[in-house]
Amino acid sequence: MRDVTLGEASAETVRPLSEAAALDMPLLRIEGVAKSFGNFRAVDRLSLDIRAGEFFALLGPSGCGKTTLLRMLAGFETPDEGRILLGGKDIAPVLPHERPVNMMFQNYALFPHLSVRDNIAFGLKRAGMARAEIATRVAELVALVKLEGMEKRKPDQLSGGQRQRVALARSLARRPQVLLLDEPLAALDKKLRESTQAELMELQRRLGMTFIIVTHDQEEAMTMADRIGVMDAGRLVQVAAPRNLYEAPASRWIAGFVGDINLFDGQVVSREHGRLTVSTSEAGPLAVSELWSPVTKEIVSVAIRPEKVKLSRRGPASDEGGSQAINRLDGVVIDVNYLGGVTTYKVKLESGAVVRSSMANTARLNVDAYLAGQRVVAWFTADDCLVLEQ
Amino acid sequence: MSARRIFARPARFAAIAPYLWMVLFFLVPFGFVLKISLSQTAIAQPPYTPVFDFAEGRAALAAAFAQLSFDDFRLLISDDLYILSYVRSLVVAVTSTLILLLIGYPIAYGMARLPQRWQGVAMMLVIVPFWTSFLIRIYAWINILQHDGLLNKILLALHIVSTPVVWLSTDSAMYLGIVYSYLPFMILPLYATLSRMDASLLEAASDLGASPRQAFWLVTFPLSLPGVAAGALLCFIPIVGEFVIPDLLAGSNSLMIGQTLWLEFFTNRDWPVASATAVALLLLLVPPLVLYDRLQRRQLEGNG
Repeated sequence: MRDVTLGEASAETVRPLSEAAALDMPLLRIEGVAKSFGNFRAVDRLSLDIRAGEFFALLGPSGCGKTTLLRMLAGFETPDEGRILLGGKDIAPVLPHERPVNMMFQNYALFPHLSVRDNIAFGLKRAGMARAEIATRVAELVALVKLEGMEKRKPDQLSGGQRQRVALARSLARRPQVLLLDEPLAALDKKLRESTQAELMELQRRLGMTFIIVTHDQEEAMTMADRIGVMDAGRLVQVAAPRNLYEAPASRWIAGFVGDINLFDGQVVSREHGRLTVSTSEAGPLAVSELWSPVTKEIVSVAIRPEKVKLSRRGPASDEGGSQAINRLDGVVIDVNYLGGVTTYKVKLESGAVVRSSMANTARLNVDAYLAGQRVVAWFTADDCLVLEQ
Repeated sequence: MSARRIFARPARFAAIAPYLWMVLFFLVPFGFVLKISLSQTAIAQPPYTPVFDFAEGRAALAAAFAQLSFDDFRLLISDDLYILSYVRSLVVAVTSTLILLLIGYPIAYGMARLPQRWQGVAMMLVIVPFWTSFLIRIYAWINILQHDGLLNKILLALHIVSTPVVWLSTDSAMYLGIVYSYLPFMILPLYATLSRMDASLLEAASDLGASPRQAFWLVTFPLSLPGVAAGALLCFIPIVGEFVIPDLLAGSNSLMIGQTLWLEFFTNRDWPVASATAVALLLLLVPPLVLYDRLQRRQLEGNG
């Protein structure tokens, strides 16, 4: 459907990287990198390996240091400590304009005085490429980002989405070993953002390029990335595939940052056959499976995602969960939020604690709906619970 | 609708006020000057004829109108004195503007690159000389440049020259005075453009393989051209008509148009020729003014 010559051509630039992969060496290795601005430690002795061809997301709240890390990879900031190895070579002494790394800027940073074509060709001209070759490459890129017919326009004659595409084409033009994307979709509206996410993923797969994206939007990171590195206060707190990050967050903070979660603090009172009983003050004793890693501490939190909490008028028959133990909590619905695809409920327990539940609206008629003030049973299985150390 | 009624009168006045100002303080005086430029010189009070007297009826006015002629404008084109003054004014203005650009651009660039809190200080340093009267500053230069002035004393003391150099009444002194006086007008628009420039554009240029020098010539400089044009025209236009600086610092062997005008008006008491000179000077300045206006408008549209 689309022109694929760029994809084929870029295979040659990717080859040295696969050699690195053969040597079992990550494409990019960040070793104990630290960066401070005055007294503020933006990045704090951070280490990370990124494989060739990976789509990696750096996720974190604003001010967590993710952009600083990205800027150090691009060469706009110099690390105070540590090393950054690209293909096994330290790139600290390499100036930004000589690095085989390109960046797509959050505000796009398009040159306002240059046309779309000249913006895209800027990096190629600096590389001293022959004029005819530049013309071919630019035409390929324009087709790739579907901007045919716009070549002569200036950035201020383009829509936000079109500017984003020019910025993308410009950063891909030099076929970088690593493409850095700083909040690339933040300025787009929701619909455009979703379609662009899909296009970016498709593009990355086709070009076989390594993408590192910085974002504060956890859904965006989960949708696009192969792996996500969650950052907080200059440190990487967890690096995992999206599913593992969501289902097995490493800490209470991550559990709360990535998606929504119910937490009950308590104490382990018994353990048998990989099943713990945690006594909580807010929800009584809860049965929890010890699936991910053995729990070593006594004082823990039991965490359960809202979509895994089901509501029913009487609670499930005891055999409904098969051999699984089921936790039942009696309460009163205090808040109902209809969101179209799902409805979220808040259920107040007798202890006063509030449990959030989110249920898919699978039927058009509201046979499963609950009303505020209604007494319900909120229930969930032991396998759906997580145990987090405090 | 009610809002419209409330604001109608002040809003209409606000819309008319600038035009009223233009008519009162530009068009009407310009009409006087234009009329005098078409009159003939006379030993009388006022020193030209004809004089329009609206009390004497229509026939007399028509007769007075018939006396107006373009003779003085013909004189301007036929006499070397005027053409040479115009040419010299343009040469001086172009040369000064180029020197101002060469000096002003690096200063403005340096100011825009300073840390934020130092930019205000630098701005003050550029503006502070304005607190002293312009004329006093030019007289101060006379003091510095004269035969036993500060400059010659320093040069002699450092044994750079053995006899005092003649500075005063030379073109060098005039250019020095012009550049010194107009530098802030060059720096401020350049600084405004350069300090507003998005720093990420330079990072993008660097990211795409441009060395710092290339990034300057390919990104910073082209994007600062509106500031260059604004600064250049802001200096060029008044320098063409400059009178005080060449009169006080330059020699008297060649005159700028402002000086010629002064001579005609005060020494020769030839008001019609002086007026014709002024009208011609104004016409000379119309193209750069239109250019300036167009650039300003384009920049406004660009920002909007």
